[in-house]
Amino acid sequence: MTATTQPPSTPTEATWRGKLQEDQPDTSVEKTAAPGQARALLWDLLRPHRATVAVLAVAVIAENVARLAVPRLVQIGVDDGVPPLRDRRDGSTLTWVIVALVVALLLQAGLRMFFLLRSGRVGQNVLLELRRRVFRHFGTLDVAFHDRYTSGRVVSRSTSDVEAIQEMLENGFDGLITAVLTLIGTAILLLTLDLKLGLVCLLSFPFLVLLSLWFRRESAAAYRQVREISALVIVQFVETMTGIKAVQAYRREPRNQQIFGELADRYQQINIRTMRLVAIFMPGVKLIGNLTTGVALLYGGYLAMRGEITIGVLTAFLLYLRMFFEPMQEITQFYNTFQSATSALEKLAVVLAERPAIADPATATALTQVRGEVAFEDVQFSYVEGRPVLPGLDLRIPAGQTVALVGTTGAGKTTIAKLMARFYDPQHGRVTLDGHDLRSLDQQDLRRHVVMVTQENFMFEGTVADNIRFGRPEATDEQVRAAAAAVGAAAFIEALPEGYATDVAKRGGRLSAGQRQLVAFARAFLADPDVLILDEATSSLDIPSERLVQRALRTILADRTAVIIAHRLSTVEIAHRVLVLEHGRVLEDGPPAELTSADGGRYAALHRAWVESLA
Amino acid sequence: MSLDQHPTVPGELISPSRVAPKDRGLHRTDLGRLLPYLRPYRARLIVMFAVALASLGATIAIPLFTKKVIDGPVAHQDVRGLWVLGLAALGLGVLEAALWMARRWLVQLASTGVENDLRKDLYARLQVLPMSFHGAWQSGQLLSRIMNDLSAMRRFIGFAAVLLILNLIQVIVVTGILLAMYWPLGIVVLISIVPVAAANLHYERQFTKASRAAQDQTGNVATTVEESALGLRVVKSFGREDYVYDRFDAQAVKLRDIQLRKVTIMSRFWTLLEVIPTAALVIVLAFGARAVALDQITLGTLVAFITFMLNLVWPIASLGFLLSMLQETMTASTRVVEIFDAPREIESTGAAEVTPAGRLELRDVGFRFPGTEQWALRHLNLTVEPGQTVALVGATGAGKSVLTSLIPRLYDVSEGAVLIDGVDVRTLPLSTVRRVVATAFEDPTLFSMSVRENLTLGRPEATETEIRRAIEVAQAGFVDDLPFGLDTRIGEQGMSLSGGQRQRLSLARAVLSDPRILVLDDTLSALDVHTEALVEAALRNVLHDVTGIVVAHRASTVLLADRVALLEGGTITHVGSHAELLATVPSYRFLLAADDELDPSLAHEECWETDEEKQAIAHAHATVGIPEDEERR
Ligand SMILES: Nc1ncnc2c1ncn2[C@@H]1O[C@H](COP(=O)(O)OP(=O)(O)O)[C@@H](O)[C@H]1O
Ligand SMILES: Nc1ncnc2c1ncn2[C@@H]1O[C@H](COP(=O)(O)OP(=O)(O)O)[C@@H](O)[C@H]1O
Ligand SMILES: [Mg+2]
Ligand SMILES: [Mg+2]
Repeated sequence: MTATTQPPSTPTEATWRGKLQEDQPDTSVEKTAAPGQARALLWDLLRPHRATVAVLAVAVIAENVARLAVPRLVQIGVDDGVPPLRDRRDGSTLTWVIVALVVALLLQAGLRMFFLLRSGRVGQNVLLELRRRVFRHFGTLDVAFHDRYTSGRVVSRSTSDVEAIQEMLENGFDGLITAVLTLIGTAILLLTLDLKLGLVCLLSFPFLVLLSLWFRRESAAAYRQVREISALVIVQFVETMTGIKAVQAYRREPRNQQIFGELADRYQQINIRTMRLVAIFMPGVKLIGNLTTGVALLYGGYLAMRGEITIGVLTAFLLYLRMFFEPMQEITQFYNTFQSATSALEKLAVVLAERPAIADPATATALTQVRGEVAFEDVQFSYVEGRPVLPGLDLRIPAGQTVALVGTTGAGKTTIAKLMARFYDPQHGRVTLDGHDLRSLDQQDLRRHVVMVTQENFMFEGTVADNIRFGRPEATDEQVRAAAAAVGAAAFIEALPEGYATDVAKRGGRLSAGQRQLVAFARAFLADPDVLILDEATSSLDIPSERLVQRALRTILADRTAVIIAHRLSTVEIAHRVLVLEHGRVLEDGPPAELTSADGGRYAALHRAWVESLA
Repeated sequence: MSLDQHPTVPGELISPSRVAPKDRGLHRTDLGRLLPYLRPYRARLIVMFAVALASLGATIAIPLFTKKVIDGPVAHQDVRGLWVLGLAALGLGVLEAALWMARRWLVQLASTGVENDLRKDLYARLQVLPMSFHGAWQSGQLLSRIMNDLSAMRRFIGFAAVLLILNLIQVIVVTGILLAMYWPLGIVVLISIVPVAAANLHYERQFTKASRAAQDQTGNVATTVEESALGLRVVKSFGREDYVYDRFDAQAVKLRDIQLRKVTIMSRFWTLLEVIPTAALVIVLAFGARAVALDQITLGTLVAFITFMLNLVWPIASLGFLLSMLQETMTASTRVVEIFDAPREIESTGAAEVTPAGRLELRDVGFRFPGTEQWALRHLNLTVEPGQTVALVGATGAGKSVLTSLIPRLYDVSEGAVLIDGVDVRTLPLSTVRRVVATAFEDPTLFSMSVRENLTLGRPEATETEIRRAIEVAQAGFVDDLPFGLDTRIGEQGMSLSGGQRQRLSLARAVLSDPRILVLDDTLSALDVHTEALVEAALRNVLHDVTGIVVAHRASTVLLADRVALLEGGTITHVGSHAELLATVPSYRFLLAADDELDPSLAHEECWETDEEKQAIAHAHATVGIPEDEERR
């Protein structure tokens, strides 16, 4: 069950996908499932419904008894009811049989409806629970996990994998229970009807088992690949649609079509493979069934000739044999959906077993009054082992101080910001807030006090007001407006056709890039954190807007700790203190005015260049 | 497959789809309009159907054989007959299994092929649909169509469609044989079909509605999932996992509720269909017994009749889920056809592949976003000669990006025209326009591919030297420090890059595509001062040879251009040199007031800061700063 089957890549893939890690398949970000992990998850999901499942089992047994009684009753009717009627005009047996048949019929109908309704409900509730768990779990997993796993896979796991399971719960479940019970019921009937003949028929069993084992092994591997390749298709699709502007502007369509076409072909191929397996498995079962029937006919005919059984018994026997093999088709069908769902379950079970590297402590220190003192104590950090980004950072930011981080791209500024918000944990040393190690705090609690605004400024679907309110849902309209006004976003928002109630559309597409930054800024402002981190958060603004933001900053940062990362020194100048970083080390540290006048300093050089650029 | 069969017409970037136009006849329904997708598999499907019919024949023949064996050899103690007929029955059984296998084997390629062709064509279609379409459609809705709806179709073609037809045929044939066997009882069977049809009519509408709602809601759930995945870091920054979860939960619960509605409908429909044949059986027994009693038929005939009737139970009962699957497939096809029917809007016309000199003219351009009343741009005029560069300056939200997106026809103007070398871009082939114009967008999009592939997006045939040169211009030398250099995968699935790095790659991409018209939409905003200066110096050479539009917020960038155009109130109010505008246009001075930036303390005494604004800000601070205890809950 654990063997990784790496799907072969497509011809052109090698030329475009590029390398990430040497000798490592892409799917390596996903661990393989332990044996039984999928089934354990399924049982766990079903556990709350134990009682209902038990009731359903009883109902389904009763229903099947009623259903299986029908041909038996018909047989009794024909064998015992009709002759007296014909010979003696005595219809009492027949009447009795017909009354029993009607009862059986009503029972069957009522129980069937009850079963379908209730099992459907259980199925849907199980799915809901699964969706919830998966969604919530992805939310608790740390940023490093998501960096690796990527959103496309998250989407694929939470949509198409869950739907594979839905298919099983919707279509397969009831068929399986009915089928298995029919199977057992008819097997017993066959044996009681005539032991010898029954035993001959049951000889087919080992063949069925062998065939099923083969199918299980083959299809488990194939369906695992189906899940993996469908994830690739989804990832490519989502990425194209997200970047559609660049796709169109750069006439990427034909190449994309080729890439997607190859992935889609792979998806088709693997689907065909699963269908091939079914195309062998199901007719195989049919063949075994037909051969058994043929043998039963010959042997039964022989027995009947010798008078060991009656013709009625033989007829009934062959009838039951049909009933015995008919549900086999359903079982194989279910088995197939079950295999498909199992590989999806495996994927999900692996995700659900993933423990966040950044977890809340068992007993979190409650943050009440936060002063906002942040300290890095000998912090060493690297994203990739062996390539340290922060080789050992010591930094103390007193409460209320505004610090600007300056340095070339890749110096580690964003990394410092992310460590402060505990997106990552350092490998060595610690980051503290008011003297508490961040690892001892509850994450949601921490992030109420420490907020980071990045260039990403993601907008969620909803209105402008919804997006501003994102950090503080209980804020009144008045407060939302005030926050917008404070950062200079009010003017443009009020000019929108529906003002604050304007829908920002997909990913904030209704707004210009600068407007999105302003909204993101208002959002952070409204959240009113004690420590505010701004990572190049004003880069798309025009100068007056930026100045308005700076002025707002000067007021709002007065009583809180702030870390500002910006390339425009106008923004840096409002800081109390500037840190010049290079390769994760602090090269210069001091008030801007002091650094500006320092001879031969990096900041001084930067400042000079900036002044020149303005001229 | 679709690519080979449907060569792209000149000027088209992608092949057209095969969806039949809406008309009468077979193409009246959405499912019918997708029939052309079955055409390549016609032969297979016909053979498969013949095989299926043959296997149905075998299925029906086997019990007849059984009856023959029992009535003949067994009853007459004919051992040889038993062997002959029994072996024949065995052979028939083997044949039936073989035919089954053939049927399944033949349908594989057809069902997955239709799915695959549709998927590719849908993707192709989505790639050419305009930005306005993509802005309006939820991403999850597209995803659920390309995955869910298409696999529903595959399952239907591969499994349900054949069974549906076969079972209907089986019902008809068996009923016919029953009628022939003994017509009065046959009539009883025939009459039992009536409630089946009635039930179908009754539940069909309800079910269609519910299944459409379910499929749409599946799309909504996918949208929420995707949004939460993409916005994860913001969610985490604000510690709002609970809020996002609640949003998702509401959607998921809604989906569950809709599915339950479906379950309710199905449970009734299916039960009805399963009970009807059994009920008919009871009636047949009663009437049959009477007929036997009256010596109208023999007991043997009654047994045969009933045995035969059992052949109806499964085909009729299975109609329940088969018809449900048909409904679902119809809904899926409607949802898919909706995308094929979405207007292209930006059509490619003209066939001549010319390489214009690159004189760009915006003539009385007006633009409104589809579905809005407000003019984003109006009466806008601007001409840029080849070799010239114009800086576009305007406040945040002035419409600079909108303007730049009109040039490569990401949007079409609502009035007026964009002309290249005096030719309206709408009369040029789309591929030409987009080859001639290259834009470095303000939000740099990188795909999960190698650096090289990302850079050569607009020009796959670029040489190594050209790539090197573009990297140099954009100061993107950092790519050589990546683990595998240009072969390193970047983008979401690869190495993460900083905003500045992404911007530089996006710039290099634009430069590399060797356009006649180069548009830079605020492309240097995330660069540090030092890098920016280097990029600007290198860009100067590039801009020398092309028609340039540079959106700029900073004086340094503005200086890349020969002239500056000021965009205000949706139109270009002033064009001139930086110095001219600075001297004569107060609003321009306000936007690019460089001197003030030098001394931030001056900002406080700015004349543009009206009392009103001061008040607004003071007020804002008063309102937002809520009492400590409330906040620190
Ligand atoms: N998610 C990541 N995985 C691996 N390496 C990363 C990741 N994010 C950043 N880096 C690397 O860490 C270094 C510091 O990056 P960053 O902190 O973003 O720099 P800055 O913000 O100063 O530009 C860079 O070399 C960058 O390539
Ligand atoms: N899809 C859209 N629908 C309606 N209005 C939009 C849409 N996209 C942008 N806008 C509006 O058009 C204006 C111009 O946006 P844009 O060109 O992006 O501004 P900028 O000059 O900052 O680049 C903004 O006011 C924005 O709100
Ligand atoms: Mg950074
Ligand atoms: Mg813009």
